[in-house]
Amino acid sequence: MEREVQRVRQAFLSGRSRPLRFRLQQLEALRRMVQEREKDILAAIRSDLCKSEFNAYSQEVITVLGEIDFMLENLPEWVAAKPVKKNLLTMLDEAYLQPQPLGVVLIIGAWNYPFVLTIQPLIGAIAAGNAVIIKPSELSENTATILAKLLPQYLDQDLYIVINGGVEETTELLKQRFDHILYTGNTAVGKIVMEAAAKHLTPVTLELGGKSPCYIDKDCDLDIVCRRITWGKYMNCGQTCIAPDYILCEASLQNQIVQKIKETVKEFYGENVKESPDYERIINLRHFKRILSLLEGQKIAFGGETDEATRYIAPTVLTDVDPKTKVMQEEIFGPVLPIVPVKNVDEAINFINEREKPLALYVFSHNNKLIKRMIDETSSGGVTGNDVIMHFMLNSFPFGGVGSSGMGAYHGKHSFDTFSHQRPCLLKSLKREGANKLRYPPNSQSKVDWGKFFLLKRFNKQKLGLLFLTFLGIVAAVLVKKYQAVLRRKALLIFLVVHRLRWSTKQR
Amino acid sequence: MSEKGGGSAVKDPGAEPTLGTSWVPHPSQSRTDPFEDTLRRLREAFHSGCTRPAEFRAEQLQALGRFLQENKQLLHDALAQDLHKSAFDSDISELIICQNEINLALQNLQAWMKDEPGSTNWFTKLDSAFIRKEPFGLVLIIAPWNYPVNLTLVPLVGALAAGNCVVLKPSEISRGTEKVLAEVLPKYLDQRCFAMVLGGPEETGQLLEHKFDYIFFTGSPRVGKIVMTAATKHLTPVTLELGGKNPCYVDDDCDPQIVANRVAWFRYFNAGQTCVAPDYLLCSPEMQERLLPALQSTITRFYGDDPQSSPNLGRIINQKHFQRLRALLGCGRVAIGGQSDERDRYIAPTVLVDVQETEPVMQEEIFGPILPIMNVRGLDEAIEFINRREKPLALYAFSNSSQVVNQMLEQTSSGSFVGNDGFIHMTLSSLPFGGVGHSGMGRYHGKFTFDTFSHHRACLLCPAGLEKLNNIRYPPYSDRVQQLVHWVLGSQSCTIL
Repeated sequence: MEREVQRVRQAFLSGRSRPLRFRLQQLEALRRMVQEREKDILAAIRSDLCKSEFNAYSQEVITVLGEIDFMLENLPEWVAAKPVKKNLLTMLDEAYLQPQPLGVVLIIGAWNYPFVLTIQPLIGAIAAGNAVIIKPSELSENTATILAKLLPQYLDQDLYIVINGGVEETTELLKQRFDHILYTGNTAVGKIVMEAAAKHLTPVTLELGGKSPCYIDKDCDLDIVCRRITWGKYMNCGQTCIAPDYILCEASLQNQIVQKIKETVKEFYGENVKESPDYERIINLRHFKRILSLLEGQKIAFGGETDEATRYIAPTVLTDVDPKTKVMQEEIFGPVLPIVPVKNVDEAINFINEREKPLALYVFSHNNKLIKRMIDETSSGGVTGNDVIMHFMLNSFPFGGVGSSGMGAYHGKHSFDTFSHQRPCLLKSLKREGANKLRYPPNSQSKVDWGKFFLLKRFNKQKLGLLFLTFLGIVAAVLVKKYQAVLRRKALLIFLVVHRLRWSTKQR
Repeated sequence: MSEKGGGSAVKDPGAEPTLGTSWVPHPSQSRTDPFEDTLRRLREAFHSGCTRPAEFRAEQLQALGRFLQENKQLLHDALAQDLHKSAFDSDISELIICQNEINLALQNLQAWMKDEPGSTNWFTKLDSAFIRKEPFGLVLIIAPWNYPVNLTLVPLVGALAAGNCVVLKPSEISRGTEKVLAEVLPKYLDQRCFAMVLGGPEETGQLLEHKFDYIFFTGSPRVGKIVMTAATKHLTPVTLELGGKNPCYVDDDCDPQIVANRVAWFRYFNAGQTCVAPDYLLCSPEMQERLLPALQSTITRFYGDDPQSSPNLGRIINQKHFQRLRALLGCGRVAIGGQSDERDRYIAPTVLVDVQETEPVMQEEIFGPILPIMNVRGLDEAIEFINRREKPLALYAFSNSSQVVNQMLEQTSSGSFVGNDGFIHMTLSSLPFGGVGHSGMGRYHGKFTFDTFSHHRACLLCPAGLEKLNNIRYPPYSDRVQQLVHWVLGSQSCTIL
């Protein structure tokens, strides 16, 4: 393991991952890989999650292609130095932020969207000029295998490597030193990753999870609301970190919600959901059993059918759920949707705030004030109002958690920033040393009266006049810039005043 | 308005509130949790929402400004007591900087707090997208002793501006400043949302067992690891402002006197106890020969023939660091200075030559008025020397050739980089300040502090109607829909996503 990491580090130190052209070439190669080997990738995802090719394409591949294109388009701008505002002391210097790669980045992927959650961070890390070690989740075996096979065929084999393995291998890997670690997964392992990172003072981005609440106001169109929730909840068989985990609503709405979700499920997946090509399966037996145990003692409004052989769990809704029961104690990550009745939005807000900050928060209402209030009085990684999942889709948005749902963010430019060090640079010249005398000891009263000390000691009267004028010019420029709005308004008045002064001077 | 007098910070009658309204745990309380009440109070205040309105935040910042203005003399005296800092040095390196940060925050608070619009794509054109800056909640600021006012209050400015409740842990090593901060500062800030905690490593360790929503630490990499490990328990994000050995490369093509002026000023300021001070020099033996007399001339000009009697030279913070530094004087050969006085904790501005890389002075961050010179044969060797070591907090390169400066910049990494001067970049609040690698993670100053203490929450508000547009995303996916999606999204138009 150590040797592998060392090899990648040497490759980084060679400097070849840094030039813009190289980064663009690698991203283009990655794009070619996704397009040329689409079938293999989709087949692998299908084997892992029983996901139809279309779903795999629309949920994972499209996002990857979109991210690559976004990077290709914007990278030339992002890698350039950004000048910053200067002050009087640094007026004549160059001051800017120069993005630089961090070095060797470790990306630990997740199994629920095994392709996009591994490749999308990879795109950002490559774009920022780093070398990358990718550790796909061993639970999505087939995708892990295909990534290990395909990536070396398209990307630089020393700079970007795939290391596969289970807990043991990951533990060994985490002992090594990296310059950034991005981990997607659960809270427990997130802590392990951060602890390992602390030993080397490695910064981390942790994309974790939690229970994403979904508040349904009585003032909304339940037909539409339930369609959107059904889509987001049962996509990937509920195994989505930003799926609406549970519903909060007034008790009187429960029955209608159940009915409408039931209808929508039928519309989306047919009479026999098990036979729908668009409905996935639980990743493995352990999670299957875990989700089953959450159903114990619950009022199943509809659904609840399971089949261990195929790890099938039907889209399920629970009603009148007691917040103290197991299903409300852990992130469900399955096609089980509890409804917890609350009296009103106040109670809903309290309920949400009593719990860990979630990765996503959803609120459905026609009342914009209510939506605003929900956002103002809670916290979460992200929010979508009147829909679910969609805030994930914008690559201008940072995607990340807060509190126990994670730290840091990525997607689009945020990926680039996460994997870069934005280095502040100030370039002065070795001339104009006279100006520095002000700061050098010994410090005396005369220094406070800087004008006299500085000007009289260093310059003769002619140069003094010139310097004064320059200084006044600078001051005037700064003032004009600052107050140009005011000046524009008062332009006429100023003109008259100046005119008057000139006239009165002439008189003398 | 901030509550004057405070007092609610002290809960347990068993405690000995030795310093104002700040909390010091009593030995008898080692079994119970000494911080629980205070932290719970702050959390409740945060949940009540009192720190959110801009008016409240502005009031706190204004109160902080008044604290600085009304206690200027007290602070000058404290800094003189702790570090033998002259009033001028205290002003330019501590008080004025804090005041500027407060002013900047007050001027820009509304703009910083505003939701940032996000650009929408094809799917979300009809929506409202924005990024909301939210306070994290309860934040902990652990400050160091070397610039005890600046490095305590500047993070505080950002934390308050961002709407957090704050626990402040000033350094116990800069005792004079700690006393002023502990006795006077709480009188200015709202006690519901602000608490000061005092103590040493043990108390800090106990404090770190609690859950915070953000931890901001300034100090050494060794303690930085301890802080980050503690933060792991609660998955608390951190900013660590650490340190390292900041290299200073001097090209042959330079006026040695100008270089000597600039390097010496930044090296010996605050008796070298600055995280961004040039730690060691890299130059050719020829340049070294020219630099030594220039450095001597500069030192004499700055501090007189007897630097110990100069009011412009600081002292070492305590005996422990004094002894540590005195031992470093034995490394290499003393070319300039080398004197020390234990009673005064005085170490003369010193330059060491003929230093081996393996000697202690090149193994640890010096943090004192000692400047070793390492010889290299040219820029490439200097770059290689620098890259073999941990990434420093700052990197300096002196040369008349912009090519040299640029090459150094491109082929190394560091928190920040300055060409042809010392840490003057710290005066620019438009430049973020922070480390990379072992020199730290995260950054602050100006707006960057506000952003550090804010959670950037992505918010997307979709239209409640127009459901027809969504039908394309719902199963079942007929062949026609699949083809359509492939066509619309498959080729180059993926940028719409």
